[in-house]
Amino acid sequence: MSIVYAAALALLGAAFLMTGARLVRGPSTFDRIMALDVLAVLLVSGIAVHTAVVDETANATVLVVIALMGFVGSVSAAHLAAARAERRERA
Amino acid sequence: MSAAADVVSAVLLLAGAGFCAVGALGMLRFPDLLTRLHAATKPQTIGLLLVLAGLAPRTGSVSSATPLLLVAVFQLITAPVTAQTIAGAAYRSGVVDPATLTLDETGRTT
Repeated sequence: MSIVYAAALALLGAAFLMTGARLVRGPSTFDRIMALDVLAVLLVSGIAVHTAVVDETANATVLVVIALMGFVGSVSAAHLAAARAERRERA
Repeated sequence: MSAAADVVSAVLLLAGAGFCAVGALGMLRFPDLLTRLHAATKPQTIGLLLVLAGLAPRTGSVSSATPLLLVAVFQLITAPVTAQTIAGAAYRSGVVDPATLTLDETGRTT
């Protein structure tokens, strides 16, 4: 199981780095919001893989919380970014 | 824990992580925001669902696997909402280049 653990974490780590590159490069605010949302999903996947191998079932609640926070965060950030862009357009 | 369940779980975990990696690769490589949103939403959702399916048989009891079902259902509901919100906000902000759209049914003239 440890080989599976290492391989899965390596894949998720690569995904994390690629998403992080998109977060840094942008180019628009919406690309960054999208990247942050994906980072939250990747975090949930990573904790799930860790839980599967280490057998800490208490983590399941943490997964629910992170998924919720990621959703609320990215939706409200998208609304705020759109409002800011519209205000700038009018000015 | 039987060996067969271990193998199924390992395959599901690896497939899920693979989908996440492929989705992130698409997010890095695709040319504009809407195509990147496509890569950000669907492979990540499938990847997360596969990882959770791989984790579920290893938790040992139904009561400890139930939050995982909650996460899966929640992800299925929220991923389209998030993508729709980001895409709509980007369109209204003028970030989306109209020349890249083959069909625009919003009725706006940008």
